[in-house]
Amino acid sequence: MTAAPADTTTAARPPARPDRARLRLLPLWAFCALVGAWLVLPALVVVPLSFTDKASLAFPPTGWSTRWYANFFTDPQWSRSLLDSLTVALAVTATATVLGTAAALGLTRARIGGLPLAQGALLAPVIVPGVVVAIGMYGLFLQLRLTGTFFGFLMAHTVLALPFVVIPVTAALRGFDTRYEQAAAVMGAGRLTAFRTVTLPMIAPGVAAGALFAFVTSFDEVVVSLFVQSPYLRTLPVQMYSSVTRDTDPTIAAAATLIICTTTALVTAAALLMSRRSHAG
Amino acid sequence: MTTAPPAAPASGAARTAARRPALLLLPALAALLVFFGVPLAGIVWRALTDPQPGLANFTWFFTHPANLDALGRTFTTAAWTTLAALALGYPYAYAMTQAGARGRALLTLLVLVPFWTSLMVRTFAWMILMQDSGLINQALGAVGLGPLHLIRTPTGVVVAMVQMLLPFMVLPLYAVMAGVDRRLLSAARSLGARPAAAFLQVYVPLSLPGAAAGALTVFINALGFYVTPALLGSPEDSLLSQEIFTQVNGLLEWGRGGAMGVVLLAMTLGLLSLGALALHLSGNRRRP
Repeated sequence: MTAAPADTTTAARPPARPDRARLRLLPLWAFCALVGAWLVLPALVVVPLSFTDKASLAFPPTGWSTRWYANFFTDPQWSRSLLDSLTVALAVTATATVLGTAAALGLTRARIGGLPLAQGALLAPVIVPGVVVAIGMYGLFLQLRLTGTFFGFLMAHTVLALPFVVIPVTAALRGFDTRYEQAAAVMGAGRLTAFRTVTLPMIAPGVAAGALFAFVTSFDEVVVSLFVQSPYLRTLPVQMYSSVTRDTDPTIAAAATLIICTTTALVTAAALLMSRRSHAG
Repeated sequence: MTTAPPAAPASGAARTAARRPALLLLPALAALLVFFGVPLAGIVWRALTDPQPGLANFTWFFTHPANLDALGRTFTTAAWTTLAALALGYPYAYAMTQAGARGRALLTLLVLVPFWTSLMVRTFAWMILMQDSGLINQALGAVGLGPLHLIRTPTGVVVAMVQMLLPFMVLPLYAVMAGVDRRLLSAARSLGARPAAAFLQVYVPLSLPGAAAGALTVFINALGFYVTPALLGSPEDSLLSQEIFTQVNGLLEWGRGGAMGVVLLAMTLGLLSLGALALHLSGNRRRP
């Protein structure tokens, strides 16, 4: 009689085991859910706030309106800073992607001494604290009269974006079999043709990732931009920074929502593009 | 040189061909030299010469208590940020190794969100949430707690900074943890170790290189953080980066600001070299 229940427990034990293992991990999953929420949710507070009807940053809003979006697109300071940010970021993307891809080719193909040094130099902008770079560039730009110029922004952001292009493109090139290029050369393709028609398509995911990182680096950059800006040319994050330190204007929440939408759309598009490419390949 | 794919004849032409790709490095290195190297050299130069040549700016920095306080606060803020990031990041990265393919993709996506959400936007969002009448205090009030002062306090700064720097902890941790052979845990268990002991004595030491790399990256990034402490912190609790900003932008004291910049840069590079050295030594120990 007493043996029967004991039998059922021992019989039930083996199948119960994976369940118990999963149950033991339950606190871990709950913890991860909390951390994930803490990573993602706080930024979303700007979305409802941007639709408030009052000129205050009180949360949650008590009434709704789209007046802050109207203000964003009609106030020349806000709308022009968005335009400036987009043009600078696009120019930085083009420049940094070309310079960074060329540098990555040099790093992976050249057989010379000093390559580790060159690689270190190319990655240095990630390591050096932003404020130190910022005051250095400010000093140089004051002497060269580059503060508040398009070229000044372009070069400052390009230098900061270079590592984010060099890293993924170098990784893509290390995984690329150079015999494909040699085969193209054997069939009569010039160096440039071989690169354009054989190498570039195969390392495209790495280059695309680098271009995306370059765009986001420029579009989000605050510290260096705070120093190289002028009233005639300032990017959106700089406009947000000066607005938030000066007044409580919900237009900044509208700007923040627009930034979140832009970068989310970009990253989603890039992810879709890459997954389609990898399925096709 | 011996790794060149086809065994290259040691002729001059072949050697030139092996060198030619190096030219592709030139445009990027030139841009870096002019817009990165020269500015940094300019900072060192100004620290040593402005207003007059000598070490006066460094003497000023290391003899004024206010500066040393800022230096101390910068270190404690970075240390708390690193500790909190490790406490949150270690279980998170471990969960990534235990999840199925879909769960891992989700966890990776979540931890990558900070990389493409603007720093300015997230700092602004924290300002909204942490204000005295903000959502956090409303929630605390609803359960009968608070109010908690978060904005303009070091705690608020650390909470926001950990959120921004967590990916730098999780990604290297995951990379190392994913390579740990879990059969070693089973081996420890079969030799009589309890699960907790097996985890602590076998798994944790094997994951240490990832934790060290993550901690170093977070700490270095935290040392130079500007926007978040400037907007969420109190001016009385300013960090080194804010002091540099004030010296150069507000007081036009290029020499003093430059000296502070050099100190910050030296700390960053010093820590990186220590980290590289530690990695080198542990690598040597493992492969005697």
